[in-house]
Amino acid sequence: MAGTSDLTRLTIADAGAGLAAGDFSARELTQAHLDAMAAARDLNAYSAETPDQALAMADASDARRGQGDAQGPLDGIPLAIKDLFCTEGVLSTAGSHILDGFKPTYESTVTQQLWDAGAVMLGKTNMDEFAMGSANVTSHYGPCLNPWKAASGDAAGKDLVPGGSSGGSASAVAANIALGATGTDTGGSIRQPGSFCGIVGMKPTYGRCSRWGIIAFASSLDQAGPLTRTVRDGALMLGAMAGYDPKDSTSVDIPVPDYAAALTGDIRGLRVGIPAEYRMDGTPPEIEALWQQGRDWLRDAGAEIVDISLPHTKYALPTYYIVAPAEASSNLARYDGVRYGLRVEGEDIIDTYEKTRAAGFGPEVKRRIMIGTYVLSAGYYDAYYLQAQRVRTRIADDFRAAWDKCDVILTPTAPSAAFAIGEKMDDPIAMYLNDIFTVPASMAGLPAISVPAGLSADGLPLGLHLIGPAFAEETMLRAADVLETAAEFEGRQ
Amino acid sequence: MALDTDTVRRIARLARLHIPDADLEPLAGELSNIIGWVEQLAEVDTDGVAPMTSVVETTPHLRDDVVNDGGYPDRVLANAPDAEGEFFAVPKVIE
Amino acid sequence: MTDTAPDHLSGHVTTRIGHNQKDLVEGATGPWEVIIGLEVHAQVTSEAKLFSGAATAFGAEPNTQVSLVDAAMPGMLPVINRECARQAIRTGLGLGAQINLRSVFDRKNYFYPDLPQGYQISQFTQPIVGEGRITVDLPDGESFEVGIERLHLEQDAGKSIHDQHPQKTFIDLNRSGVALMEIVSKPDIRSGEEAAAYLGKLRSILRYLGTCDGDMSQGSMRADVNVSVRRPGEDLGTRAEIKNVNSLRFVRQAVDYEVRRQIELIEDGGEVDQETRLFDANRGETRSMRSKEEAHDYRYFPDPDLLPLEFDQAFVDALAADLPELPDAKKARFIDDYGLSSYDAGVLVAERETAEYFEAVIDPAGAKRDAKLAANWVTAELFGRLNNADKDITESPVAAVQLGGLIDLIADDTISGRIAKDVFAEMFDSGQEAAAIVEEKGLKQITDTGAIESVIDQLIADNPDQADQYRQGNTKVAGWFTGQAMKATQGQANPQMVNQILKDKLGG
Ligand SMILES: [Mg+2]
Ligand SMILES: [Zn+2]
Repeated sequence: MAGTSDLTRLTIADAGAGLAAGDFSARELTQAHLDAMAAARDLNAYSAETPDQALAMADASDARRGQGDAQGPLDGIPLAIKDLFCTEGVLSTAGSHILDGFKPTYESTVTQQLWDAGAVMLGKTNMDEFAMGSANVTSHYGPCLNPWKAASGDAAGKDLVPGGSSGGSASAVAANIALGATGTDTGGSIRQPGSFCGIVGMKPTYGRCSRWGIIAFASSLDQAGPLTRTVRDGALMLGAMAGYDPKDSTSVDIPVPDYAAALTGDIRGLRVGIPAEYRMDGTPPEIEALWQQGRDWLRDAGAEIVDISLPHTKYALPTYYIVAPAEASSNLARYDGVRYGLRVEGEDIIDTYEKTRAAGFGPEVKRRIMIGTYVLSAGYYDAYYLQAQRVRTRIADDFRAAWDKCDVILTPTAPSAAFAIGEKMDDPIAMYLNDIFTVPASMAGLPAISVPAGLSADGLPLGLHLIGPAFAEETMLRAADVLETAAEFEGRQ
Repeated sequence: MALDTDTVRRIARLARLHIPDADLEPLAGELSNIIGWVEQLAEVDTDGVAPMTSVVETTPHLRDDVVNDGGYPDRVLANAPDAEGEFFAVPKVIE
Repeated sequence: MTDTAPDHLSGHVTTRIGHNQKDLVEGATGPWEVIIGLEVHAQVTSEAKLFSGAATAFGAEPNTQVSLVDAAMPGMLPVINRECARQAIRTGLGLGAQINLRSVFDRKNYFYPDLPQGYQISQFTQPIVGEGRITVDLPDGESFEVGIERLHLEQDAGKSIHDQHPQKTFIDLNRSGVALMEIVSKPDIRSGEEAAAYLGKLRSILRYLGTCDGDMSQGSMRADVNVSVRRPGEDLGTRAEIKNVNSLRFVRQAVDYEVRRQIELIEDGGEVDQETRLFDANRGETRSMRSKEEAHDYRYFPDPDLLPLEFDQAFVDALAADLPELPDAKKARFIDDYGLSSYDAGVLVAERETAEYFEAVIDPAGAKRDAKLAANWVTAELFGRLNNADKDITESPVAAVQLGGLIDLIADDTISGRIAKDVFAEMFDSGQEAAAIVEEKGLKQITDTGAIESVIDQLIADNPDQADQYRQGNTKVAGWFTGQAMKATQGQANPQMVNQILKDKLGG
């Protein structure tokens, strides 16, 4: 068998092949990861490890395989699960104090589908509280670290953020303590940490994956997706995660294609749109340069580069910061200390609510609940929430018009590489700007993916971002695969 | 629009968040900054534009009228901070 | 869950034109006009809840009819029950209302321990049913129209139980998520009597449609009553909302009390507060609910977990074509086809079961019986006995076909109407057939001319003075002779024959 560290460096595709060939067992593969997790606890990537469950699932996988009943490419593959997914009998907290001790009596649809496909759960990953953040610094369980370190510059030697909110998942995959991980993306929460950690992060079309059992942040935006080390792995994971779920009214009833089969490497004739409005003041030159490099790679592979316009791009982020907090203020009303989680007893029921919620939610969550409550309140609804939903229609219309001219859109994923923990902490808006390139696709419900494409001058990973039309994941993945091949990005060693 | 401390207090009350008096002023400042920033949306011409209700262009699937859930009070109450018998319990509510 | 009327509806305009002098209430300083609107919450008849697969049956053990959705567990999502939407549309059609092919579910945000989500899913700006109109009959035979403002679907809340523990309130979520239709009237109602009649008519229509069982004692229907008073012709006064009134009688009492309270308050120089009040049935009073410290601000917005609800016109048309005959149409038919009085027809159609019973009495398999006679038997004898026995018509010990049998015996002169009452009493107690009782007790009417003649001959012979008076045209004595003849035959003589033979023998 291969050495332990070799096993944790495999792609999902190669690990699947190794399992199929009998090179190693699921138990060996899982144990290698559990050992690596124990050695990497300083990253704080996991908020809960589930070694017993992992080994039991691995043994079950080996047994299936022994009987010639392996379930497909994910059978026996150890994965990390963002703590936003409810997992039966396993602590599920959304990174929040207010869900202290909460062990769901149910399993989210997406994780259930992964287990049905034979995957193995290593544990639950750290995240920004209720997925509100872009640096994984708002978690009740403390910040999660990026396994990358800057070689030079202001951040050299400092602990870096992994991005957020799926920071724990991104960190775990980049640090080789999971072969892949689930994330959720509301405004960039899969793609931006993917970019910061040098891995692939994909948000599928809204409605592609069931939201049932995923703790809600902003219902009209939340979407599950995979974080993996390769585009192919992302395709394999999405194949198991996606699908219609009658328990989610917003899930869409169309068949799930074989995404990996779409990775033909052939993008000749593909029209790649370059939105003028994504050239923003203050974007670092190295990001602009990488974007240009991405264009060249795709052109060299036979794609046609076309200039497009998405006129309302600059309004996407403020729109997001009305819509998402508004929905969150309502979604988080259920955390009242009555049925689960933290309760701080007060003098009466109202006092109990107020004390429980004050103690249970961190500052960023409170800030967003306040903003959301304000924009929905009497006299302000029309000016803020309704106007934002109208602007949202315009943003979606921009994309709709763009699809007449192009098949995918290429942009940078984030306006910077990973930054040091503690930075941007006292300026919420500066933190929000992390998602400036990812949020527009979220507002329109479109699939998008971040592919690691290069390093910053300080030696930190930078991602390129592809956006596709609704349910055009295959086209988007095909282009992402070509980018990945061209970039020859070396993961963290 | 700048939020004053009274507004912050009122919004906190609606949201059932206890905010100590000392925190009202700084929070009002933070929230005012964010609100001031999102107010740029007012400049977008949205005359005749329908507000988005869902990014999914599909009709909702409806459920058949069949009882296929419930009947598990133990699961419902499993995580309750306080339960009495088969009830959730909260500090007495006076109507 | 109850709610105060949404802001954008607070400008309700009455659609009732002019005022009737008799509706005015005389105060110490002059006449007052009373303006009433009702918001009725009616539980949709369905097996499962509005957004989950948990059961809706009444009286289950606490928290047993609760899904993870109803308990608002993290990550749980609502899915609309098709049948609840269908029932709401059928109800709208029954109320003669506009059906909105596209409607939207909104969240109404507020905190309460029996509201697990921290919001109620309801419909705010785009309800499933828009404006309609129903006709309401009053006992005096007059009728008036009440506009329907809207009907929307929403979830019920759970139940808070305050009296089982000294320091705690207990929460049972069995009702959490049960489908309700909130039916909002226009402020077209002018008295407590009218309010009760409107609620009764609404209940009747819903029960005909089978969209709500109308069982007010189990909370299947409850009314929030908005009451204000004004000087005739002046602007609307401030209204008070009396919450959750759960019987027709209480609606009437609550309104009557509230009207007097408001008039006295204003006439004494006070002002009516816009507030919610409770009706205390024991004292027959309304009183202010402990005033809320803050104004409500429900922050309605479209529920992002649910897509808009859409139907096509063909679906609605098919439902419309399939509606049962409703009380107004049935009443008109009873008057036209059976020649019943408006009053009798109204009484018979008020409850669908009564109307069905009545039609089963008169027309089982085409056996056309005397409808007026049957109406009398149902509304007088049957109702009287059911009332005494505290029974519903569906629990009647005398089946419709059995009452039909009794009416046949009257019609073919086997028994007299008087005997029939005794027979009916026996039927009610024993459940036996009329014919069997008549046979067993030998109650058949005497229609043998000879037998009656001999009784009368004997009476004339024994009472010559009375016979003379009869011949002189004293009609009182004629009645006396008939009575004596009936008595002598234990009531079994045919009264018409007795009269005829008397006439023949004494000359009239
Ligand atoms: Mg109401
Ligand atoms: Zn209501």
